[in-house]
Amino acid sequence: MLSIDNLHVRIDGKAILKGIDLDVGSGEVHAIMGPNGSGKSTLANVLAGRENFDVTQGEVKYLGEDLLALPSDERACKGVFLAFQYPVEIPGVSNVYLLKAAVNARRKYHGEKAIAAGEFLKLVKEKVKMVDMKEEFLQRAVNEGFSGGEKKRNEIFQMAVLEPTLAILDETDSGLDIDAMKIVADGVNALRREDRSMIVVTHYQRLLDYIVPDRVHVLADGRIVKFGDKNLALELEKEGYGWIRDRLEREPGAATR
Amino acid sequence: MSAVGQDIEKLVKREYKEGFYTEIDSDTFPPGLDENVVRAISRKKEEPEFMLEWRLKAFRRWQRMEEPRWAHLRFPKIDYQSISYFSAPKGERPKSLDEVDPKLLETYEKLGIPLEEQKALAGVAVDAVFDSVSVATTFREKLADAGVIFCPISEALQEYPELVREYIGGVVPAADNYFAALNSAVFSDGSFVYIPKGVRCPMELSTYFRINEMNTGQFERTLIVAEEGSYVSYLEGCTAPMRDENQLHAAVVELVAKENAQIKYSTVQNWYPGDEQGRGGVYNLVTKRGACRGANSKISWTQIETGSAITQKYPSVVLEGDNSIGEFYSVALTNNMQQADTGTKMIHVGKNTRSTIISKGISASRGQNTYRGLVKIVKGADNARNYSRCDSLLIGNHCGAHTFPYLESKNPSARIEHEATTSKISEDQLFYCMQRGLNEEDAVSLIVNGFCKEVFRELPMEFAVEARKLLEISLEGAVG
Amino acid sequence: MSERFEQLLAERSRLDLPGAGVDWVETIRNENARRFEELGLPTPRDEDWKYTNIEPIARKSFTPADTGESLTGRDLRAIAIPGLDVHRAILIDGHYSPTLSNAGELGDGVRICSLAEAIDEQPDLVQPWLGRLAAEPEHGFRALNSAFLQDGIFIWVPDGCRIDTPIELCCVQHGEPEETVSQPRHLVVAGEGSRLTLIERYVSLHDKRYLTNAITEVFARRNARVDHYKLQQESTKGYHIGSWLIEQHAGSHVMTHNAALGGATARTDIRVRLDGAHAHCDLNGVYVLNGRQHVDTHTKVDHCVADTSSDEFYKGVLNDRSRAVFHGRVVVHPDAQRSDARQRNKNLLLSPDAEVDSKPQLEIHADDVACTHGASVGQLDDDALFYLRTRGVDEETARGLLTFAFANDVIEKFELPRLRHYVEHELTSKMFSIDDLEEII
Repeated sequence: MLSIDNLHVRIDGKAILKGIDLDVGSGEVHAIMGPNGSGKSTLANVLAGRENFDVTQGEVKYLGEDLLALPSDERACKGVFLAFQYPVEIPGVSNVYLLKAAVNARRKYHGEKAIAAGEFLKLVKEKVKMVDMKEEFLQRAVNEGFSGGEKKRNEIFQMAVLEPTLAILDETDSGLDIDAMKIVADGVNALRREDRSMIVVTHYQRLLDYIVPDRVHVLADGRIVKFGDKNLALELEKEGYGWIRDRLEREPGAATR
Repeated sequence: MSAVGQDIEKLVKREYKEGFYTEIDSDTFPPGLDENVVRAISRKKEEPEFMLEWRLKAFRRWQRMEEPRWAHLRFPKIDYQSISYFSAPKGERPKSLDEVDPKLLETYEKLGIPLEEQKALAGVAVDAVFDSVSVATTFREKLADAGVIFCPISEALQEYPELVREYIGGVVPAADNYFAALNSAVFSDGSFVYIPKGVRCPMELSTYFRINEMNTGQFERTLIVAEEGSYVSYLEGCTAPMRDENQLHAAVVELVAKENAQIKYSTVQNWYPGDEQGRGGVYNLVTKRGACRGANSKISWTQIETGSAITQKYPSVVLEGDNSIGEFYSVALTNNMQQADTGTKMIHVGKNTRSTIISKGISASRGQNTYRGLVKIVKGADNARNYSRCDSLLIGNHCGAHTFPYLESKNPSARIEHEATTSKISEDQLFYCMQRGLNEEDAVSLIVNGFCKEVFRELPMEFAVEARKLLEISLEGAVG
Repeated sequence: MSERFEQLLAERSRLDLPGAGVDWVETIRNENARRFEELGLPTPRDEDWKYTNIEPIARKSFTPADTGESLTGRDLRAIAIPGLDVHRAILIDGHYSPTLSNAGELGDGVRICSLAEAIDEQPDLVQPWLGRLAAEPEHGFRALNSAFLQDGIFIWVPDGCRIDTPIELCCVQHGEPEETVSQPRHLVVAGEGSRLTLIERYVSLHDKRYLTNAITEVFARRNARVDHYKLQQESTKGYHIGSWLIEQHAGSHVMTHNAALGGATARTDIRVRLDGAHAHCDLNGVYVLNGRQHVDTHTKVDHCVADTSSDEFYKGVLNDRSRAVFHGRVVVHPDAQRSDARQRNKNLLLSPDAEVDSKPQLEIHADDVACTHGASVGQLDDDALFYLRTRGVDEETARGLLTFAFANDVIEKFELPRLRHYVEHELTSKMFSIDDLEEII
């Protein structure tokens, strides 16, 4: 489904990603872990098409297509969804209004008719329950005045409505207490499907207790330094990220390989 | 949605759709202005003598005044002798809709304002003003049943001369300012509304202004009187054909609200804005003022200003009655070469008076947008309160957004609070919307609509939708 | 209205002016004399003078103050800021006093001297800067000052030089006759990477009617840091018109602190041109007025290039029949992207006969900006008053305490503790009788 090959990315001239290789198969859940500043969020944002990033090398194929050539809205219409680490507030625009615009943008892209009002309402009412939120929540302005937990749940809610093919969750667990994290994880698990892949970006292992990944990749200093199955996450939990730093210091060549 | 998306798609190649011209025989004065023209207008309208005197007095004052140039606006000097001060479709004024020239009915239908009552928007009565005259007023009988007078002001001068005489110039004196003086001398028509004591007007009242003839100025005068305990909601809309020449629109609107009365006045202004190079367009130089005469009265102005090459207007409220309330909600958009200098004045005279100002300015392309507002608390206005919020949004690097509030207080128990921000649409908001699948233009339009929401929700339902569309259309080409 | 001032202008010929006969100096004078004749004195019809009527000034026949009376150090002790160690430059009635000043030789090429001396001895240091920010006078008063171009203080800080001890520039009004005018003209050039703290004071030793019409030009060159304090302590009958004209180059940081304490009618213009990337300016100010004082603060910050920022914060307290005018304009010029401007003005209106007029203004010609302003007029918070009362504080003291706290918000930003205490003291003694004061502080 997604194939990243030797991806190099710079921001303001500074190298952030230094050669990422990653293959995500259909229906798989991949976790990307790593210390702060390792480039995790950059990777998530580059895949979603944020500007201000300079891709200097490498390519990304999504469903056989060159993903990087597409503007962000087209990627979204093709099923790429980013759950933001810091969801943006849009004053005056209600949640439900944005979602309807988003649903119809997709439909239009695929040459379908706009969704009927009744059908849409039924859909969102059903999905909003999934993240344990009240219906009033739909009428509130996007993320405005939401608590941290509400913002994150809102992202999962949007994901449920938009039904992406590739979902990228950027530190969706950060700032959540254990109850909120369970709600988010339950939502995500309910959305796992054979034809839907997920990339879960996280600093901590604890989210992976609830969302069990097929593969775990450790990102450090702009490249994947280790990968394995779900047990790798447990190993990291025990040992922390210190060993990575040690290794990078011991083998400076690792940083330029 | 993606109503927004589709509209934009559909309208990308759209021209100013109200920009057509109606071929109709008209009786138009040759250009030029002197006392004879003033007399001729008064004669045409078969006005009572006092009105002619009033006009002449205003005209003489106007001749001694100078065109004001203090606003943040740049436009060439207006040649008042090159304008025609009266133009009307030929023939007698129709007595009923059946007698109205079908071409006129068609014109309004094309503008989305059907005048036949069965086709009309339910619950909205319309006075249609075409160049210098009112051509039709709908639902008059239904309104008369409730005791409401809604008719062209020229007709009111014939049928209720004493009523008009009592109030005209009472809020905006004939020589209040240069353009008000000009209007007082040459105004040709406009609407007159009188809501008797205790009556809640059963429908929305609306006037639709249309400039059709070339080189014609439009000088309408609207007067609304709400007696004790009454309520009225009034809406005006405006359009004009596309022309390379500029046209002048200098209106005066006066509102009087007595004890416990409420007037809600909404404007959707879509005069021809000129083309991308700034050729043509209407000069919209208007004086609008309301007086909250009685205790507990309320006047609320809502304006959506998307048209005109030049806009200068400050719908104001003089809060005379104790506990009276003044409100001003405004969205002003300037795109291409448009310029606007608009805002309000809230003059607090009575005790416990309150005012709220919410202004949203949007500047795109080379547009210049200025908010200018005065909050004045006079000495006796104990416990007066004002809250103002002025936000400006910039789209593109060649436009300007300016915020010039004036706060004057002479009362130690009054509170005034003013806040303003100026910024561009945030990259984060755009990316967020686009990540959800919206294209850039839709994303901008969505965010701008959200930005204006506080104002849109003050509009009557039917017009809120219109206003939103208008905004999207007016923003066209601003992105990219 | 300006006739009397035109007569005043004619008196230039009999004065001993700095750089008399020097071509470039005379050019400035003549050009501005011509401009004054065109401009005349401002009237309330001028938008920038809408709320300040200077007719009482225009009606009087002011004559240039004579060479300063001889004062002794003892006379000055009364007006010194207690405990504050400064280099002092003194002007008496607009004339430099070498005997009372002690800021002469600071070494490292630093110059603190009279403008007249600088023009005579080091014209090459003066000529490129003098008059540069006043070339296009905004109003008659500025043209008048330049038409005389009288003496004042010249401060030159070479590149990389830090002056840690503040320089106190003290303009003392002392002369005997009523209705004199002094027009000090100061020039400050802070070299690249230099550091300077300047305290500019206008003080009167007697309660006389006179006019001060001052201009201070300040240049903060690349990466310079200038802290500029102004204490306007004119007599209760005195008139004060003062302009601070500031130009900032890349990376410079200027802090202006403006405390308006005295004067019958006082107007201070502050103009800041942010002319290099990462230049930043803070404008703080406080006015506490009583009696029939009229104080007008008129600021304008020009963000001329990209990546500049400004932060303005003015507070005012109005008692009795006083009137305050605040006008603050921020202009972001085309292409001055990433300009960041904040502006706040808050007023406490404490008397039914006082008046405040506030005019914050944003004029924005670039899109990638973050600009905000806020203004308010109000009174003391009833809840806070009540709270203090329940704690046993009597009403008058409670009011005093809250009023002081309101004004102190700005004074807290003064970085010199001794100066801060001095201004606090001056303000509180203006607000309360001394007994109350001791109780409060």
